[in-house]
Amino acid sequence: MSTETDDPLFTEIDLEWEHLKNRLFLGVIFAASMFGVVMLALLLLDVATDFYVGVTEYDIGLGEFFTRDGSRREELAGFRGAIVASIMLMVLTAILSFFVGVGSAIYLEEYAPDTRVTRLIEANLANLAGVPSIVYGLLALAAFVNGIGIGPILIAGSVALALLVMPIIIVTTQEALRSVPDGVRNGSYATGATEWQTIRRVVLPAAMPGIMTGTILALARAIGETAPLIMVGALFVNRTPFGPFDRFSAMPTQIYNWAAEPSQHFVHLAATGIAVLLAFVFVMNGIAVYLRNKYETDI
Amino acid sequence: MSTDTEPRPGIAGGTARRDLEANRRARRALFGCAAITVLTTLAIFFVLIDNAASYFFGARITEMLLGASAEQKVTFTEFFTGTRWAPDHATPAHGALPIIFGTLAITVGAAFVSIPIGTATAIYLSEYASDGVRAKLKPTLEILAGIPTIVYGYFAIAFINPVVLAPIAEALFGINIGRYSMLSGILVVGIMTIPMVSSISEDSMSAVPDDLRNGAYALGATRFDVSTKIVLPASISGVFASYILAVSRAIGETMAVTLAAGFNANVTANPFSEIMTMTAYMVSMARGTSAVGTVEYQSLFAVGLVLFVMTLTMNLLNDRFKRRFQEEYR
Repeated sequence: MSTETDDPLFTEIDLEWEHLKNRLFLGVIFAASMFGVVMLALLLLDVATDFYVGVTEYDIGLGEFFTRDGSRREELAGFRGAIVASIMLMVLTAILSFFVGVGSAIYLEEYAPDTRVTRLIEANLANLAGVPSIVYGLLALAAFVNGIGIGPILIAGSVALALLVMPIIIVTTQEALRSVPDGVRNGSYATGATEWQTIRRVVLPAAMPGIMTGTILALARAIGETAPLIMVGALFVNRTPFGPFDRFSAMPTQIYNWAAEPSQHFVHLAATGIAVLLAFVFVMNGIAVYLRNKYETDI
Repeated sequence: MSTDTEPRPGIAGGTARRDLEANRRARRALFGCAAITVLTTLAIFFVLIDNAASYFFGARITEMLLGASAEQKVTFTEFFTGTRWAPDHATPAHGALPIIFGTLAITVGAAFVSIPIGTATAIYLSEYASDGVRAKLKPTLEILAGIPTIVYGYFAIAFINPVVLAPIAEALFGINIGRYSMLSGILVVGIMTIPMVSSISEDSMSAVPDDLRNGAYALGATRFDVSTKIVLPASISGVFASYILAVSRAIGETMAVTLAAGFNANVTANPFSEIMTMTAYMVSMARGTSAVGTVEYQSLFAVGLVLFVMTLTMNLLNDRFKRRFQEEYR
């Protein structure tokens, strides 16, 4: 085709080959894009079939699964203690991380002057977000569990998780604050309000949906974190914790315990636990997305 | 404060002063919150170095300051070059090389999975995909990124290793693989870091101004030419930043590699054999009841320190690339 054109300028270019190359490339990168999707489908399918096989062939009754505590005996093991512990952990983590995280973000966005100290805090934040979760576990282990000697209790686990999700909450809160237009602030200043009054009554209410979305997403990340809890010592506890000062084993650590067992019954218990954990994670993500869509166009 | 209920007559001295005082207090308190994040980093450094000192020198730094005698128990040469790792053994060996090798093997292997696939996905999303496809593909990848790592670990031990890899190893090489294998860890960590590479790379590709693309199209370039010769070079520092982030994540990855690659510390080139990463070692030690003062407990922090320094280096590099990228197209 192109080789037969009269124009000498284009004789060098094989247009057909160029188009073929483009199509081949599209095929390759489309296949690569689908790889992730296929893997997600396989993962969910694997959990679903193992869950189904567990219920049908290993007689894992869902009623018992939700009402019994963990056990060394596979036919008696349930998930209640782990679910209760995880919910308690989430509440404590939310309390510990929300106020400090949102406070830091407000300082950085609304108050902080452009100084060396501010830049240090910002750079440090980016770093903290990249610290492996297991290191937060070591920090809680040395500073709280053994340092002040509180032992492997729920509070210690939630401190590790709170420090872990703090950078996420700070960054999403900063974004939410940034999305509040400056005109809104200036209107408030014009009435004679101080910075703090403006933040409390104007900026924060406007940014709240964004902040809540970020916090829920951060908690959805925290509920699946396993390594920090293992470091803190949340393993091999089977009963339901009484309160924040009790020893515990949360959903992900219980799943790890079961998945590492050689017995197939335990492996299917793990699949059932994962189904519950994923339900928590997906519902939390769903709420966050719903909030984001609902309030997205308000300002 | 109660100022919001009472009517305020202009700039009445009392209320204004109180409001300013409240503002100053709020500012100080909020600065305190921000300072906590810096304190966290300092605390991590302190705790790791303090406890790692007891592994190498027999006493924590805080104990040394109080007069405890320090003698070197483990030399740094042995720690970084020794090829046998068994600090809790009756005849202990303190060569961390096998577990450092384990971490590097998983990290490098996973990069070979996540970098090509993640980059290709990013190019597809940014240059080829229609709005409709993008609106479906991006949330799907976000789900992939939001799945807890323990679930990936389960996927490895219950599916990738027994269902995918075991038959291949059996049929092609006649090897009978156990519950764990290096390749299983590489694949699972590779899969879980794909969304990281693709989303950050796509962000930086989308930020490339359309003028550059249109200029190339006007010269008769195909989409392939524009993607590979214009967009990719223009966004390269952002793309590199995503690679570094994925590598950093793979280094610190714990639950997936623990359940996928196993607990056998050895240096091997056989992808079907069981290996142990630094993080897997830490999990295996925490599984036992390692009490304070035992060598198991101390070694946790020595290994944790190495891990922390490795990821810190990666994060600083990442910061460097990101800043360069932001400067280019602001």
